[in-house]
Amino acid sequence: MNQLEMRAIYAQTLMELAAQDSRIVLLEADLMKASGTTVFRDRFPERTFNVGVAEANMVGVAAGLSAGGKIPFANTFGCFASRRTYDQFFISANYARLNVKLVGTDPGVSAAYNGGTHMPFEDAGIMRNIPKLVVFEPCDPVSLKALVIQSARHQGCTYMRLHRKAIETIYPENETFELGKGKVLNDGNDVTLIAVGAIAVAEALKAAEILIKDGISAAVIDMHTIKPIDTELVLQYAKKTGAILTCENHQVINGLGSAVAETLSEDYPTLMKRLGVDDEFGEVGTQEYLQERFGMTAKNYAACARELLKKKNNIQKKSK
Amino acid sequence: MEIEEVKQLQAKAKEIRKMTIDAIGYLGVGHIGGALSVVEILTLLYEKHMDVSPENPRKKHRDKLVISKGHAGPALYSILADKGFFPKEWLHTLNAGGTNLPSHCDMNRTPGIDMSTGSLGQGISAAIGIALANRLDGIDKKVYLIIGDGESNEGQIWEGAMAAAHFRLNNMIAFTDYNKMQIDGYVHEIMNVEDLNAKWNAFGWFVQRVNGHDFQDMNMAIERAQKELYRPSMIILDTIKGKGAFFAERNLANHNMNVNYETAQEACRLLDTPDALEKSL
Repeated sequence: MNQLEMRAIYAQTLMELAAQDSRIVLLEADLMKASGTTVFRDRFPERTFNVGVAEANMVGVAAGLSAGGKIPFANTFGCFASRRTYDQFFISANYARLNVKLVGTDPGVSAAYNGGTHMPFEDAGIMRNIPKLVVFEPCDPVSLKALVIQSARHQGCTYMRLHRKAIETIYPENETFELGKGKVLNDGNDVTLIAVGAIAVAEALKAAEILIKDGISAAVIDMHTIKPIDTELVLQYAKKTGAILTCENHQVINGLGSAVAETLSEDYPTLMKRLGVDDEFGEVGTQEYLQERFGMTAKNYAACARELLKKKNNIQKKSK
Repeated sequence: MEIEEVKQLQAKAKEIRKMTIDAIGYLGVGHIGGALSVVEILTLLYEKHMDVSPENPRKKHRDKLVISKGHAGPALYSILADKGFFPKEWLHTLNAGGTNLPSHCDMNRTPGIDMSTGSLGQGISAAIGIALANRLDGIDKKVYLIIGDGESNEGQIWEGAMAAAHFRLNNMIAFTDYNKMQIDGYVHEIMNVEDLNAKWNAFGWFVQRVNGHDFQDMNMAIERAQKELYRPSMIILDTIKGKGAFFAERNLANHNMNVNYETAQEACRLLDTPDALEKSL
């Protein structure tokens, strides 16, 4: 499979957008090299603002640029983008109804060697509490490009979790995407894996391959936008499979799992299990180690799917 | 500036001060101290310096004001109403449910407000962003910024101080409303901000310090700041919190206080009799 570096796709997409639209500007807080946007700076130096190690100021300046009619993309590690700039993003950008595109890189275990201080398991969750904010996380280079373009066109703030590393392409190049609309990657009848982000979606797809060998037909949904959540699709697959597993590189508290649980419990109570980090801090290690440590593997997803199916079948037996 | 013009500005400021006291008194409670300390600077900016148009509040080529100490909104609302951005009757809707005039400035509700503020420290960053956008678009207009002295305890102020100088934002003119009081007491007792001149100087700004109730002094400082070629400007205004309201001036509790409407009306009357006001303080 074709591996592409996500940050390179991100920077390339921003440059394409900037070439068409003079309102696109870039902000960095001394992590330009990590974000991979030095190429943007080289091409559009006058539209690039590196504020140094001052994330709160970066988001405030982005809000001001937006008030001046620009469409700012501001990047930093997800831990800083969320925890360190929350009030600036909340008030100066969102409350002011401006148009700031905040990007938090290195979501969850992808922070790897930077360890627990730099490992955001809660960023999407705390962002989900901001009224009207669109929160999303692409899972491959194709969806990344399409969703960044959508984000630029969206009138209002967005928060994107960006997995920076090289990962495999899942979607065909001409696939179309819409913020707020999940994608069914694999259809199935017995259980549904709703996943978000590069790690969880890839592992969920592999889990479906494992499960099919046991004769279990698992649907896999890429729920790239966790806010607004695609209620219609969640309910459709709850009705179709009667068992939902959510998979995320994030706390199960207030992330995708919560969003899906809220939808189901209000509209169509369905057996479900939330997979992700269960009320723990991050820690240091290779991404591979950390995926094992926090259960973000196809093997664990498949095992949990089997458990869930067992419960579903027991309930069905009892009701008969 | 001619004496005649100064007199006109003083008369206008008195009107704005009365409108502000009246609006807060009508409601019965409000941030009167920090609103009254900025009446003169707001009057000077809107009467003499700022290119704004009430009939087209969002025109692209205009001077902008970010009032980072967003709780001074009531003073700004008075001058905006006086300029005709919205009807003066709105002033009696301050903080009422559904109002267009909330306690803290909201760019989406109030015509003439250029940035939503209220969480202290954030206005400086927004002003920097607006100044950068103006520069990119070749808009030869100024961004004015007013911060508080207590607000200068916030770390974001100094992140912004560094950035504005680094980006050489000579199109940005800031003021510190140095009224020497913050919510819990005197600034020098709660969290001392001195030496303000030295601090802003060290960050690379063009710094001036003037009496924030003296039009002649402030005007000269603004005109000098407008001629700056490379640096952002900080004009530190020595002001009096609660200035002109007998019940609030020099009262440490004046940040956000209850005001009886009759007391407010009495305060407005006293503004017409300076000798009596002096005695009442």
